[in-house]
Amino acid sequence: MSAGLEASGRLIRPGRILAWTLLFIGGLIMATPLLYMFSTSLKTSGQVYDLRLIPADPTLKNYVEVLKDGRFLRWFLNSMLIATAVTLSNLIFDSLVGYTLAKFRFRGRALVFIAILSTLMIPTEMLVIPWYLMSSQFGWLDSYWGIMFPGMMSAFGAFLMKQFFETVPDDFLEAARVDGLSEFAIWWRIAMPMVAPALSALAIFSFLGNWTAFFWPLIVTTSRDLYTLPVGISSFSAESSIRWEMIMTGAALGTIPTLILFLLLQRYIVRGVMLAGLKG
Amino acid sequence: MAKIELQGLGKRYGSAQVVHALDLTIEDGEFTVFVGPSGCGKSTTLRMIAGLEEISEGRLLIGGEMVNQREPKQRNIAMVFQNYAIYPHMTVGQNIGFGLYTAKLSKAEKQARILEAAKTLGLEPLLNRRPAALSGGQRQRVAIGRAMVRDPAAFLFDEPLSNLDAQLRAQMRMEIKSLHRRLGSTIVYVTHDQIEAMTMADQIVVMKEGRILQTGSPLELYENPADVFTARFIGSPSMALLKGEVSGGALRVAGAEISGRVPARASGPVLVGVRPHDLEVGAGEPGAGFRAMGLVEAVEPLGAETLTHIRIGEAQAVATAPGRVLPEVGSMVPVRAAPGTLHLFDAASEKALGRI
Repeated sequence: MSAGLEASGRLIRPGRILAWTLLFIGGLIMATPLLYMFSTSLKTSGQVYDLRLIPADPTLKNYVEVLKDGRFLRWFLNSMLIATAVTLSNLIFDSLVGYTLAKFRFRGRALVFIAILSTLMIPTEMLVIPWYLMSSQFGWLDSYWGIMFPGMMSAFGAFLMKQFFETVPDDFLEAARVDGLSEFAIWWRIAMPMVAPALSALAIFSFLGNWTAFFWPLIVTTSRDLYTLPVGISSFSAESSIRWEMIMTGAALGTIPTLILFLLLQRYIVRGVMLAGLKG
Repeated sequence: MAKIELQGLGKRYGSAQVVHALDLTIEDGEFTVFVGPSGCGKSTTLRMIAGLEEISEGRLLIGGEMVNQREPKQRNIAMVFQNYAIYPHMTVGQNIGFGLYTAKLSKAEKQARILEAAKTLGLEPLLNRRPAALSGGQRQRVAIGRAMVRDPAAFLFDEPLSNLDAQLRAQMRMEIKSLHRRLGSTIVYVTHDQIEAMTMADQIVVMKEGRILQTGSPLELYENPADVFTARFIGSPSMALLKGEVSGGALRVAGAEISGRVPARASGPVLVGVRPHDLEVGAGEPGAGFRAMGLVEAVEPLGAETLTHIRIGEAQAVATAPGRVLPEVGSMVPVRAAPGTLHLFDAASEKALGRI
C-alpha cells in the first residue's frame, strides 16, 4: 500500500497534510502559554523558573491560598457582574441600533451609520482621557458604573447587528405588522430570535472583551474592592516581588468562565465568526 | 367579510408615479386576482390595501370605511407572503396561533381556533413541528392557517405560489380555491402567472405600468381582450398576431385568406390576433374564416394535442393539431380558424376593434 493511501483506500492529498501540519503548529503555539499557565500555577515559588512543563512536585497550595484570600473572590464577582451587565446592555442597545439602521428608512440614516462606524477608527487609548474627565465630572470614578459606562454600547456591535438584521426578510416583519404587533414587539419577538446566532456571537465577544478588560478598569478604580479580576491579578506583581505562581493561579481560575462559555457556545462562536468574518 | 373599494388610488415614490389613480370595486366574498408583468404595480397596490405602503393619493375603503390612515392591524385583513413568512423559531401551532397575537380570546378559544385551522388545512399531525421540517406546500399552508385563524375581513395573497414547483402549484391553486368556496371571504390575490389568474379568479384585474388595462371574469378577458397586451397576456400559449391592412371594408393579411365582416371602425393598418386553440392544422373550406399555409418550425406533442409552431409570412403563430398528428418540421401545412374567432386590433393604438 502506498504512503498516500489510508487503510480505507482513500487518497490523502498533500495539501491536506500541509494544512494539518500548519494547524498543529498553530495549535501548539496557542496552547503552550495556556499549558505553562496551568503548570506554573501548580508550582511553588521556588520552582517558577524551572521551565519544565510538568512540575516536579505539583501542589494545589496556590489555589488554596488564592481562594482563601477573600479579595480574589470579590474581583472574580466584580468581573462577572461587570462583564454580564455590559454584555446584556450591548445585546439590547446594539441590536436596537442595528435593527433601526437595517429596517427603517429615515432621513440621515446613512449619516448616523457612518458616524457610528467612524468611532471604530478611534483607538481606546485616545478615548481614555475624555472618559476619565467625564467620569470625574459626573462623580463616577471608582464605581461600577464608571467601569461599565464606556462599554454599554459598542459601535462594532451595532454594525454587526445591522449586518445580520439586513438578512432578515422584510416579509417576516410585515407579516407581524399585519398580525397586529407593535414595532417593539416585532423587534423583540420576531427579529431578535431570527438573529440568535449573531446575538450569541456578540454576547461572546462582548463578555470576553469585558472579562479580560484591564486598561480602563485599572485607570478608573482605586479601591481594591472594585478591582476586576485582571486588575486584581496584576496587583500580585505590584507588591514586594512578582509572585508569578499566584498570578498564574489567578489567571487559571479566571479562564474557567471563558472556557465554560466557549464549551457551551462553541457552535455559535464558530458560526458567528464565520458569518461576521471576524477574528475572535 | 368586506367590500374593498379603490377610488383614484395612486402611489408615488418621489417624482415617480408607480400606480396611477386606480378605480376598482372588489365585492364582498369575491376572489379578485391582480395580474401583470413584474413592475406593473400590482404588489404595490396590494401593499397599499394591506397598509404596508402609504397611499399617495385617492381613497381606500374597506367595508365602507375609509382606511387610508389606518395601521395594518386596524384594517382587519390577513396577508400571505411570497416567502410564506412563517417564523422559524416557532412551531407550526405557534405560527398559526401567532395570527391571534392581539385577539382578546381565552387560551382555550385560541387553541380551538388553531386546531380548526389546522384541521381545515390538513396540518394537525404537524402542529409541533418546526417550519424547517416542512415541505414548501406545508409551509404555505401554515401561512394560510395563520391568516385564517383571525377570521379577517379579507385575505391578501402576494404571489404565494411562486416558490413552489409546478405540480404543487397546481394542487395549491385548487386548495386555495376550495378554501375560498368554504370560507366565502374576500380574497385579493397578486400573481404574474396568468394560469393562476384564469383558474382561480372571479374577477381578473390586468395591470401594466401602474394602470388597470382591463377588469373582468377570466372568460370575458379571454374572449374579449380590450387590447393587444391583455390578449397576449391572458391565454397560454399566447395569441399570435399577424399584420394586416383594412381598406375599402376588406381585410388583407399577407399569406392568409380571410373572409368575414370587418368591423366598420377598422381601417388602415391592423393586427389580426388568433389564439392557438382556434387555429387548427388542416385545410379549411374556402370562404369560411381564416385559411393559410404555414411553415412548421417546431412541434410540441402534449399527448392530447400537438402544438405546432408555424410561420405565416413574417409572423409566428402556434396552431393545434390532434394528439397523434405530428406535422413534420420544415414542411408546409394548411391551417384554419373558424369565423368569429379572429381578434382585430388597431395597429397604432393596439386597442381591440372587434372580432371577425
